[in-house]
Amino acid sequence: MREALDQWDFVIAAYAVGLVGTIAMIVWSWLAMRRAERRRDEVRRR
Amino acid sequence: MHGFANPKRFLSLARWLTPLTLTAGLLLSAGALAWGVFVVPPDRLMGETVRILFLHVPTAWLGMGGWSMIAIASLVYLVWRHPLAALGARAAAVPGLVFTLICLVTGSIWGRPTWGTWWVWDGRLTSMLVLAFLYVAYIALAQAAEREGVSARIPAIFGLLGAINIPIINRSVVWWNSLHQPPSISMGRSSIDAAFLTPLLVSVAGFSLLFGAVVLMRMRALLADAQAEARLRRRAMEAA
Repeated sequence: MREALDQWDFVIAAYAVGLVGTIAMIVWSWLAMRRAERRRDEVRRR
Repeated sequence: MHGFANPKRFLSLARWLTPLTLTAGLLLSAGALAWGVFVVPPDRLMGETVRILFLHVPTAWLGMGGWSMIAIASLVYLVWRHPLAALGARAAAVPGLVFTLICLVTGSIWGRPTWGTWWVWDGRLTSMLVLAFLYVAYIALAQAAEREGVSARIPAIFGLLGAINIPIINRSVVWWNSLHQPPSISMGRSSIDAAFLTPLLVSVAGFSLLFGAVVLMRMRALLADAQAEARLRRRAMEAA
């Protein structure tokens, strides 16, 4: 017997992967930028 | 163009361009994806899974676009020795890799209900997987070059050589038999109905802006790191 595929399950899984990956990359890039610029400003002040 | 190679001028531009591209990219891509999920009708052949393409296609194009940017920036670095070009190439690698991986995973998820398989070793899928490996190798090489104080020319040459894979990915569905459909959009021509094409193009625009925003953030981070390191080195030399 063939398994029944609900196409919406695949749509939801693909969007979950895409959104989590994209948002994680944006947040990581933003935090890395803020951290690096803060460090540079501290080094300048010292 | 040469004027923007000045780090000060680049930073003054990037400071207001980063939030602008990020906000516009988030709004456009979220709007396009919502359009694709809630408004677009199911496709006659693909059914509901056509909605995955509003995510899969932009990430595929940007995966290839990311390496094209690496190649162009590497060429600019090798010819004119602009340090910002080397930073730009490095900055494009992470979003390029992330979008390539998202393209591969969403394509696999789309393939299971549409083709009946998660993966086939055909030209398009294999060359896209090779692109992901090239990104990983480039990131490792660029980091090692920076850590060991080796010239940025080595990753730049690798970036140029790796570009040979881009036309292979693009033409793979024409050169070899493939489960993957041939190109639906080419210069000035599309075989996609407007109901699907419009949100797809909006999605491409939105994700391109997000890509640009991440590249700007990565460039600012790499530039700030380089400036801090240079100042610390100068101080250490003065103290010695």
